[in-house]
Amino acid sequence: MARIIRVLCVLVLAGLAAFYFVTAPKSVEAELFRDLQSNADNGALVFHAAGCASCHAAPKAEAVDHPILTGGQTFPSDFGTFVAPNISPDPTHGIGGWTLIEFANAIQKGVSPDGAHYYPAFPYTAYAHMTPQDVADLKAFMDRLPASDTPSQPHQVGFPFNIRRTLGGWKFLFASDDWVVTSVDTPELDRGRYLVEALAHCGECHTPRNALGGLQKNAWLTGAFLPGEGKVPGIAPSELDWSVEDLAYYLETGFTPDFDSAGGAMTHVVENMARLPETDRAAIAAYIKALP
Amino acid sequence: MTFKLISTAALVVALGASAVMADGHSKALMGAVKARQGQMQLYAHNLGVLGAMAKGDVAYDAAAAQAAADNLVAVSGLNAMTMWPQGSDSTSMEGTRAKAEIWSNFPDVGAKAGAMAEASVAMAAAAGSDLASLQAAMGPLGGACGACHKAYRSK
Repeated sequence: MARIIRVLCVLVLAGLAAFYFVTAPKSVEAELFRDLQSNADNGALVFHAAGCASCHAAPKAEAVDHPILTGGQTFPSDFGTFVAPNISPDPTHGIGGWTLIEFANAIQKGVSPDGAHYYPAFPYTAYAHMTPQDVADLKAFMDRLPASDTPSQPHQVGFPFNIRRTLGGWKFLFASDDWVVTSVDTPELDRGRYLVEALAHCGECHTPRNALGGLQKNAWLTGAFLPGEGKVPGIAPSELDWSVEDLAYYLETGFTPDFDSAGGAMTHVVENMARLPETDRAAIAAYIKALP
Repeated sequence: MTFKLISTAALVVALGASAVMADGHSKALMGAVKARQGQMQLYAHNLGVLGAMAKGDVAYDAAAAQAAADNLVAVSGLNAMTMWPQGSDSTSMEGTRAKAEIWSNFPDVGAKAGAMAEASVAMAAAAGSDLASLQAAMGPLGGACGACHKAYRSK
Protein backbone atom coordinates (compact mmCIF):
# COMPACT_ATOMS: atom_id res chain seq x y z
CA MET A 1 0.00 0.00 0.00
CA ALA A 2 2.74 2.41 0.96
CA ARG A 3 4.43 1.49 -2.26
CA ILE A 4 1.30 2.30 -4.30
CA ILE A 5 0.99 5.66 -2.57
CA ARG A 6 4.65 6.37 -3.35
CA VAL A 7 4.14 5.51 -7.01
CA LEU A 8 1.02 7.66 -7.14
CA CYS A 9 2.88 10.59 -5.56
CA VAL A 10 5.64 10.28 -8.13
CA LEU A 11 3.09 10.15 -10.97
CA VAL A 12 1.26 13.22 -9.68
CA LEU A 13 4.52 15.13 -9.31
CA ALA A 14 5.58 14.04 -12.80
CA GLY A 15 2.22 15.21 -14.13
CA LEU A 16 2.54 18.57 -12.42
CA ALA A 17 6.08 18.93 -13.70
CA ALA A 18 4.91 18.09 -17.23
CA PHE A 19 2.03 20.59 -16.95
CA TYR A 20 4.43 23.20 -15.62
CA PHE A 21 6.93 22.56 -18.41
CA VAL A 22 4.39 22.33 -21.23
CA THR A 23 2.43 25.41 -20.20
CA ALA A 24 5.39 27.62 -19.25
CA PRO A 25 5.64 30.78 -21.39
CA LYS A 26 8.48 30.51 -23.93
CA SER A 27 10.79 33.24 -25.19
CA VAL A 28 12.35 34.08 -28.55
CA GLU A 29 16.10 33.60 -28.93
CA ALA A 30 17.43 37.01 -27.96
CA GLU A 31 20.57 36.31 -29.97
CA LEU A 32 18.59 36.56 -33.24
CA PHE A 33 17.55 40.14 -32.44
CA ARG A 34 20.91 41.51 -31.36
CA ASP A 35 22.53 44.22 -33.52
CA LEU A 36 19.59 44.53 -35.94
CA GLN A 37 19.34 47.91 -37.69
CA SER A 38 15.64 48.68 -38.06
CA ASN A 39 14.01 50.20 -41.13
CA ALA A 40 10.65 51.85 -40.46
CA ASP A 41 9.80 52.03 -44.18
CA ASN A 42 9.95 48.27 -44.49
CA GLY A 43 8.15 48.17 -41.15
CA ALA A 44 5.21 49.97 -42.76
CA LEU A 45 4.90 47.20 -45.35
CA VAL A 46 5.13 44.53 -42.66
CA PHE A 47 2.50 46.42 -40.65
CA HIS A 48 0.02 46.58 -43.52
CA ALA A 49 0.68 43.03 -44.69
CA ALA A 50 0.20 41.77 -41.12
CA GLY A 51 -3.09 43.64 -40.83
CA CYS A 52 -2.38 45.07 -37.34
CA ALA A 53 -4.70 48.06 -37.74
CA SER A 54 -7.63 45.94 -38.93
CA CYS A 55 -8.10 44.63 -35.38
CA HIS A 56 -6.33 47.19 -33.20
CA ALA A 57 -7.69 50.47 -34.61
CA ALA A 58 -10.78 51.81 -32.84
CA PRO A 59 -14.12 50.31 -33.93
CA LYS A 60 -15.23 51.71 -37.33
CA ALA A 61 -12.02 53.74 -37.75
CA GLU A 62 -11.15 54.64 -41.33
CA ALA A 63 -8.12 52.88 -42.82
CA VAL A 64 -5.16 55.28 -42.98
CA ASP A 65 -1.40 55.00 -43.47
CA HIS A 66 -0.59 55.88 -39.84
CA PRO A 67 -3.50 54.68 -37.67
CA ILE A 68 -4.05 55.20 -33.94
CA LEU A 69 -4.09 51.69 -32.47
CA THR A 70 -6.54 52.44 -29.69
CA GLY A 71 -8.07 48.96 -29.50
CA GLY A 72 -11.65 48.28 -28.49
CA GLN A 73 -12.90 46.14 -31.38
CA THR A 74 -14.63 42.97 -30.15
CA PHE A 75 -14.20 39.46 -31.55
CA PRO A 76 -16.81 36.86 -30.61
CA SER A 77 -15.65 33.23 -30.48
CA ASP A 78 -16.78 29.87 -29.14
CA PHE A 79 -14.65 30.55 -26.05
CA GLY A 80 -15.79 34.08 -25.21
CA THR A 81 -15.51 37.59 -26.63
CA PHE A 82 -12.06 39.05 -27.04
CA VAL A 83 -11.42 42.79 -27.01
CA ALA A 84 -8.43 44.10 -28.96
CA PRO A 85 -6.08 46.02 -26.63
CA ASN A 86 -4.42 49.40 -27.10
CA ILE A 87 -1.09 48.74 -28.87
CA SER A 88 -0.27 52.37 -29.63
CA PRO A 89 3.09 53.73 -28.38
CA ASP A 90 1.51 55.20 -25.22
CA PRO A 91 3.91 54.13 -22.40
CA THR A 92 1.10 53.51 -19.88
CA HIS A 93 -1.88 52.22 -21.83
CA GLY A 94 -0.09 51.03 -24.96
CA ILE A 95 3.18 49.24 -25.68
CA GLY A 96 5.49 52.23 -25.91
CA GLY A 97 7.75 51.07 -23.09
CA TRP A 98 8.47 47.62 -24.53
CA THR A 99 11.91 46.41 -25.57
CA LEU A 100 12.38 44.70 -28.93
CA ILE A 101 12.59 41.31 -27.18
CA GLU A 102 9.35 41.94 -25.28
CA PHE A 103 7.71 42.97 -28.55
CA ALA A 104 9.04 39.84 -30.31
CA ASN A 105 7.84 37.60 -27.48
CA ALA A 106 4.39 39.15 -27.73
CA ILE A 107 3.92 38.77 -31.46
CA GLN A 108 5.88 35.55 -32.03
CA LYS A 109 5.38 33.59 -28.80
CA GLY A 110 2.10 35.10 -27.61
CA VAL A 111 3.65 36.01 -24.27
CA SER A 112 3.28 39.36 -22.50
CA PRO A 113 6.21 41.23 -20.89
CA ASP A 114 5.07 39.93 -17.48
CA GLY A 115 5.01 36.36 -18.72
CA ALA A 116 1.28 35.74 -19.32
CA HIS A 117 -0.02 33.86 -22.35
CA TYR A 118 -2.08 35.79 -24.88
CA TYR A 119 -5.23 34.27 -26.36
CA PRO A 120 -4.75 33.01 -29.91
CA ALA A 121 -7.34 35.50 -31.21
CA PHE A 122 -4.02 37.32 -31.64
CA PRO A 123 -2.44 35.41 -34.57
CA TYR A 124 1.00 34.89 -33.04
CA THR A 125 1.21 31.34 -34.38
CA ALA A 126 1.38 32.95 -37.85
CA TYR A 127 3.67 35.82 -36.83
CA ALA A 128 6.01 33.22 -35.30
CA HIS A 129 7.25 32.70 -38.87
CA MET A 130 8.29 36.34 -39.30
CA THR A 131 11.98 37.08 -39.78
CA PRO A 132 13.66 38.86 -36.83
CA GLN A 133 14.48 41.74 -39.22
CA ASP A 134 10.79 42.22 -40.09
CA VAL A 135 9.91 42.12 -36.38
CA ALA A 136 12.46 44.86 -35.67
CA ASP A 137 11.27 46.93 -38.63
CA LEU A 138 7.64 46.53 -37.58
CA LYS A 139 8.45 47.80 -34.09
CA ALA A 140 10.32 50.78 -35.53
CA PHE A 141 7.25 51.70 -37.59
CA MET A 142 4.78 51.17 -34.75
CA ASP A 143 6.92 53.26 -32.40
CA ARG A 144 6.22 56.23 -34.70
CA LEU A 145 2.44 55.87 -34.80
CA PRO A 146 0.29 58.30 -32.77
CA ALA A 147 -0.27 57.35 -29.11
CA SER A 148 -3.65 56.80 -27.47
CA ASP A 149 -4.26 56.98 -23.71
CA THR A 150 -7.44 54.89 -23.87
CA PRO A 151 -7.14 51.97 -21.40
CA SER A 152 -7.44 48.44 -22.81
CA GLN A 153 -10.64 46.59 -21.90
CA PRO A 154 -10.66 43.09 -20.36
CA HIS A 155 -11.71 40.09 -22.46
CA GLN A 156 -15.11 38.56 -21.72
CA VAL A 157 -14.02 34.95 -21.28
CA GLY A 158 -15.48 32.49 -18.75
CA PHE A 159 -14.09 29.48 -16.89
CA PRO A 160 -12.04 27.47 -17.76
CA PHE A 161 -10.76 29.56 -20.66
CA ASN A 162 -9.97 32.46 -18.31
CA ILE A 163 -7.06 30.47 -16.85
CA ARG A 164 -4.33 31.73 -19.14
CA ARG A 165 -1.82 29.14 -18.05
CA THR A 166 -3.83 26.51 -19.96
CA LEU A 167 -3.06 28.41 -23.15
CA GLY A 168 0.44 27.00 -22.85
CA GLY A 169 -1.16 23.61 -23.54
CA TRP A 170 -2.99 25.07 -26.54
CA LYS A 171 0.29 26.36 -27.91
CA PHE A 172 1.94 23.00 -27.25
CA LEU A 173 -0.76 21.34 -29.36
CA PHE A 174 -1.17 23.88 -32.17
CA ALA A 175 1.80 26.22 -32.51
CA SER A 176 4.41 25.00 -34.96
CA ASP A 177 7.65 26.25 -36.47
CA ASP A 178 6.83 24.41 -39.69
CA TRP A 179 5.27 25.97 -42.77
CA VAL A 180 1.94 24.52 -43.92
CA VAL A 181 3.19 24.35 -47.51
CA THR A 182 6.49 22.61 -46.94
CA SER A 183 8.14 23.14 -50.32
CA VAL A 184 8.12 26.16 -52.62
CA ASP A 185 9.88 26.12 -55.99
CA THR A 186 10.27 29.78 -56.91
CA PRO A 187 11.19 33.02 -55.12
CA GLU A 188 7.68 34.27 -55.89
CA LEU A 189 6.03 31.28 -54.19
CA ASP A 190 8.43 31.65 -51.27
CA ARG A 191 7.40 35.30 -50.89
CA GLY A 192 3.74 34.35 -51.30
CA ARG A 193 4.04 31.74 -48.56
CA TYR A 194 5.71 34.25 -46.26
CA LEU A 195 2.96 36.80 -46.89
CA VAL A 196 0.06 34.33 -46.51
CA GLU A 197 1.33 32.11 -43.70
CA ALA A 198 3.48 34.52 -41.65
CA LEU A 199 2.15 38.06 -42.14
CA ALA A 200 -1.37 38.21 -43.56
CA HIS A 201 -2.47 35.16 -41.50
CA CYS A 202 -5.14 34.27 -44.08
CA GLY A 203 -5.59 30.86 -42.47
CA GLU A 204 -6.96 32.36 -39.26
CA CYS A 205 -10.30 33.02 -40.95
CA HIS A 206 -10.21 30.89 -44.12
CA THR A 207 -9.17 27.57 -42.52
CA PRO A 208 -11.60 25.53 -40.41
CA ARG A 209 -10.80 24.94 -36.73
CA ASN A 210 -11.17 21.87 -34.54
CA ALA A 211 -13.14 21.73 -31.27
CA LEU A 212 -10.23 23.24 -29.34
CA GLY A 213 -9.82 26.12 -31.78
CA GLY A 214 -6.74 24.73 -33.51
CA LEU A 215 -6.43 25.23 -37.28
CA GLN A 216 -7.12 22.10 -39.33
CA LYS A 217 -4.06 22.39 -41.51
CA ASN A 218 -5.07 19.42 -43.66
CA ALA A 219 -7.99 21.60 -44.82
CA TRP A 220 -5.81 24.68 -45.34
CA LEU A 221 -7.71 27.71 -46.71
CA THR A 222 -10.75 25.63 -47.68
CA GLY A 223 -13.22 27.88 -45.87
CA ALA A 224 -14.66 28.08 -42.37
CA PHE A 225 -17.42 29.45 -40.20
CA LEU A 226 -16.60 32.41 -37.99
CA PRO A 227 -18.82 33.55 -35.11
CA GLY A 228 -19.82 37.13 -35.82
CA GLU A 229 -18.69 36.96 -39.43
CA GLY A 230 -20.60 33.95 -40.77
CA LYS A 231 -19.43 31.68 -43.54
CA VAL A 232 -15.91 32.48 -44.75
CA PRO A 233 -15.31 31.24 -48.30
CA GLY A 234 -12.63 28.75 -49.20
CA ILE A 235 -9.88 30.26 -51.33
CA ALA A 236 -7.84 27.16 -52.21
CA PRO A 237 -8.22 26.15 -55.88
CA SER A 238 -10.48 23.25 -54.83
CA GLU A 239 -13.00 25.85 -53.60
CA LEU A 240 -12.45 28.88 -55.85
CA ASP A 241 -11.70 28.99 -59.57
CA TRP A 242 -10.37 32.55 -59.86
CA SER A 243 -7.26 33.14 -61.96
CA VAL A 244 -4.01 34.55 -60.55
CA GLU A 245 -4.97 37.91 -62.09
CA ASP A 246 -8.45 37.76 -60.54
CA LEU A 247 -6.99 37.12 -57.08
CA ALA A 248 -4.39 39.88 -57.34
CA TYR A 249 -6.94 42.36 -58.67
CA TYR A 250 -9.37 41.50 -55.88
CA LEU A 251 -6.67 42.16 -53.29
CA GLU A 252 -5.91 45.50 -54.94
CA THR A 253 -9.43 46.85 -55.53
CA GLY A 254 -11.86 44.56 -53.71
CA PHE A 255 -13.60 43.68 -56.97
CA THR A 256 -14.50 40.02 -57.58
CA PRO A 257 -14.37 38.69 -61.16
CA ASP A 258 -18.13 39.48 -61.35
CA PHE A 259 -17.47 43.01 -60.09
CA ASP A 260 -19.24 42.48 -56.86
CA SER A 261 -17.11 43.96 -54.11
CA ALA A 262 -15.57 42.63 -50.92
CA GLY A 263 -17.67 42.95 -47.78
CA GLY A 264 -17.34 42.37 -44.05
CA ALA A 265 -13.92 41.89 -42.48
CA MET A 266 -12.37 41.22 -45.89
CA THR A 267 -12.67 44.92 -46.76
CA HIS A 268 -10.00 45.55 -44.08
CA VAL A 269 -7.74 43.04 -45.79
CA VAL A 270 -8.21 44.71 -49.17
CA GLU A 271 -7.39 48.10 -47.64
CA ASN A 272 -4.15 46.60 -46.33
CA MET A 273 -3.23 44.66 -49.45
CA ALA A 274 -3.80 47.72 -51.65
CA ARG A 275 -0.90 49.34 -49.75
CA LEU A 276 1.55 46.59 -50.76
CA PRO A 277 3.63 46.46 -53.94
CA GLU A 278 1.93 44.80 -56.91
CA THR A 279 4.57 42.04 -56.82
CA ASP A 280 3.42 41.06 -53.32
CA ARG A 281 -0.22 40.73 -54.37
CA ALA A 282 0.90 38.65 -57.34
CA ALA A 283 2.99 36.46 -55.01
CA ILE A 284 -0.02 35.85 -52.74
CA ALA A 285 -2.12 34.94 -55.77
CA ALA A 286 0.57 32.58 -57.06
CA TYR A 287 0.83 30.86 -53.68
CA ILE A 288 -2.95 30.39 -53.46
CA LYS A 289 -3.18 28.99 -56.99
CA ALA A 290 -0.37 26.56 -56.22
CA LEU A 291 -2.25 25.06 -53.26
CA PRO A 292 -3.55 21.51 -53.67
CA MET B 1 -69.27 22.89 -28.93
CA THR B 2 -70.80 25.44 -31.25
CA PHE B 3 -68.85 28.16 -29.52
CA LYS B 4 -65.66 26.21 -30.05
CA LEU B 5 -66.44 25.73 -33.75
CA ILE B 6 -67.24 29.39 -34.29
CA SER B 7 -64.20 30.62 -32.46
CA THR B 8 -61.99 28.20 -34.35
CA ALA B 9 -63.47 29.36 -37.64
CA ALA B 10 -63.01 33.00 -36.63
CA LEU B 11 -59.44 32.32 -35.74
CA VAL B 12 -58.77 30.62 -39.07
CA VAL B 13 -60.30 33.55 -40.97
CA ALA B 14 -58.30 36.07 -38.91
CA LEU B 15 -55.06 34.18 -39.44
CA GLY B 16 -55.77 33.93 -43.15
CA ALA B 17 -56.46 37.64 -43.44
CA SER B 18 -53.31 38.60 -41.60
CA ALA B 19 -51.32 36.22 -43.79
CA VAL B 20 -52.72 37.92 -46.91
CA MET B 21 -51.90 41.35 -45.49
CA ALA B 22 -48.41 40.23 -44.53
CA ASP B 23 -48.01 38.78 -47.98
CA GLY B 24 -48.91 42.07 -49.65
CA HIS B 25 -46.56 43.93 -47.35
CA SER B 26 -43.66 41.55 -47.93
CA LYS B 27 -44.25 41.72 -51.71
CA ALA B 28 -43.77 45.47 -51.55
CA LEU B 29 -40.59 45.01 -49.49
CA MET B 30 -39.32 42.35 -51.87
CA GLY B 31 -39.94 44.68 -54.80
CA ALA B 32 -37.80 47.33 -53.13
CA VAL B 33 -35.06 44.79 -52.47
CA LYS B 34 -35.12 43.68 -56.10
CA ALA B 35 -34.98 47.28 -57.29
CA ARG B 36 -31.88 48.10 -55.26
CA GLN B 37 -30.26 44.81 -56.23
CA GLY B 38 -30.94 45.80 -59.82
CA GLN B 39 -29.14 49.07 -59.17
CA MET B 40 -26.18 47.10 -57.78
CA GLN B 41 -26.27 44.89 -60.87
CA LEU B 42 -26.05 47.97 -63.08
CA TYR B 43 -22.98 49.05 -61.12
CA ALA B 44 -21.42 45.60 -61.46
CA HIS B 45 -22.08 45.40 -65.20
CA ASN B 46 -20.54 48.76 -65.98
CA LEU B 47 -17.65 48.21 -63.57
CA GLY B 48 -17.10 44.93 -65.39
CA VAL B 49 -16.68 46.74 -68.71
CA LEU B 50 -14.11 49.09 -67.16
CA GLY B 51 -12.47 46.37 -65.07
CA ALA B 52 -11.94 44.05 -68.04
CA MET B 53 -9.91 46.84 -69.66
CA ALA B 54 -8.11 47.67 -66.41
CA LYS B 55 -7.07 44.04 -65.96
CA GLY B 56 -6.02 43.71 -69.61
CA ASP B 57 -8.65 41.08 -70.42
CA VAL B 58 -9.93 43.19 -73.31
CA ALA B 59 -8.29 45.97 -75.32
CA TYR B 60 -8.79 49.54 -74.14
CA ASP B 61 -11.64 51.24 -75.99
CA ALA B 62 -12.06 54.89 -75.08
CA ALA B 63 -15.66 55.19 -76.28
CA ALA B 64 -16.86 52.03 -74.51
CA ALA B 65 -15.01 53.03 -71.34
CA GLN B 66 -16.56 56.50 -71.41
CA ALA B 67 -20.04 55.05 -71.90
CA ALA B 68 -19.62 52.68 -68.96
CA ALA B 69 -18.27 55.43 -66.74
CA ASP B 70 -21.13 57.75 -67.70
CA ASN B 71 -23.53 54.95 -66.76
CA LEU B 72 -21.91 54.72 -63.32
CA VAL B 73 -22.50 58.42 -62.84
CA ALA B 74 -26.13 58.02 -63.91
CA VAL B 75 -26.75 55.00 -61.67
CA SER B 76 -25.11 56.64 -58.66
CA GLY B 77 -27.34 59.66 -59.26
CA LEU B 78 -30.59 57.71 -58.86
CA ASN B 79 -32.74 58.74 -55.94
CA ALA B 80 -32.84 55.46 -54.02
CA MET B 81 -35.00 56.49 -51.04
CA THR B 82 -37.97 54.24 -51.83
CA MET B 83 -35.68 51.25 -52.46
CA TRP B 84 -34.71 51.10 -48.78
CA PRO B 85 -38.00 50.87 -46.86
CA GLN B 86 -38.01 50.24 -43.12
CA GLY B 87 -38.16 46.50 -42.46
CA SER B 88 -36.24 45.41 -45.56
CA ASP B 89 -33.09 44.44 -43.64
CA SER B 90 -31.51 41.00 -43.38
CA THR B 91 -32.82 40.29 -39.88
CA SER B 92 -36.42 41.12 -40.89
CA MET B 93 -36.60 39.21 -44.17
CA GLU B 94 -34.96 36.70 -46.49
CA GLY B 95 -33.28 37.57 -49.75
CA THR B 96 -31.22 40.56 -48.65
CA ARG B 97 -27.88 41.10 -46.95
CA ALA B 98 -28.64 44.69 -45.97
CA LYS B 99 -27.84 45.12 -42.28
CA ALA B 100 -30.33 46.78 -39.95
CA GLU B 101 -27.61 49.32 -39.06
CA ILE B 102 -28.38 51.07 -42.36
CA TRP B 103 -31.62 52.41 -40.92
CA SER B 104 -30.00 53.73 -37.77
CA ASN B 105 -27.15 55.41 -39.66
CA PHE B 106 -28.81 57.06 -42.63
CA PRO B 107 -26.52 60.16 -42.65
CA ASP B 108 -23.44 57.92 -42.85
CA VAL B 109 -25.04 55.74 -45.53
CA GLY B 110 -25.78 58.90 -47.47
CA ALA B 111 -22.18 60.08 -47.10
CA LYS B 112 -20.91 56.74 -48.38
CA ALA B 113 -23.31 56.89 -51.33
CA GLY B 114 -21.98 60.38 -51.99
CA ALA B 115 -18.43 59.02 -52.02
CA MET B 116 -19.54 56.45 -54.59
CA ALA B 117 -20.99 59.21 -56.77
CA GLU B 118 -17.75 61.20 -56.48
CA ALA B 119 -15.64 58.18 -57.44
CA SER B 120 -17.94 57.65 -60.45
CA VAL B 121 -17.53 61.24 -61.55
CA ALA B 122 -13.75 60.86 -61.23
CA MET B 123 -13.93 57.72 -63.36
CA ALA B 124 -16.00 59.54 -65.99
CA ALA B 125 -13.29 62.21 -66.16
CA ALA B 126 -10.57 59.55 -66.53
CA ALA B 127 -12.02 56.64 -68.49
CA GLY B 128 -12.06 58.26 -71.92
CA SER B 129 -8.54 59.70 -71.83
CA ASP B 130 -6.26 56.67 -71.56
CA LEU B 131 -5.89 53.23 -69.96
CA ALA B 132 -3.56 54.33 -67.16
CA SER B 133 -6.07 56.95 -65.98
CA LEU B 134 -8.85 54.37 -66.07
CA GLN B 135 -6.77 51.91 -64.06
CA ALA B 136 -5.95 54.54 -61.46
CA ALA B 137 -9.65 55.42 -61.04
CA MET B 138 -10.66 51.79 -60.36
CA GLY B 139 -9.10 51.67 -56.89
CA PRO B 140 -11.13 54.56 -55.43
CA LEU B 141 -14.30 53.05 -56.91
CA GLY B 142 -13.53 49.73 -55.24
CA GLY B 143 -12.87 51.57 -52.01
CA ALA B 144 -16.21 53.35 -52.22
CA CYS B 145 -18.08 50.07 -52.82
CA GLY B 146 -16.16 48.36 -50.03
CA ALA B 147 -16.67 51.14 -47.49
CA CYS B 148 -20.42 50.66 -47.57
CA HIS B 149 -20.29 46.86 -47.84
CA LYS B 150 -17.92 46.68 -44.89
CA ALA B 151 -20.28 48.54 -42.61
CA TYR B 152 -23.68 47.64 -43.94
CA ARG B 153 -23.72 44.32 -45.82
CA SER B 154 -23.69 41.03 -43.96
CA LYS B 155 -22.09 37.86 -45.29
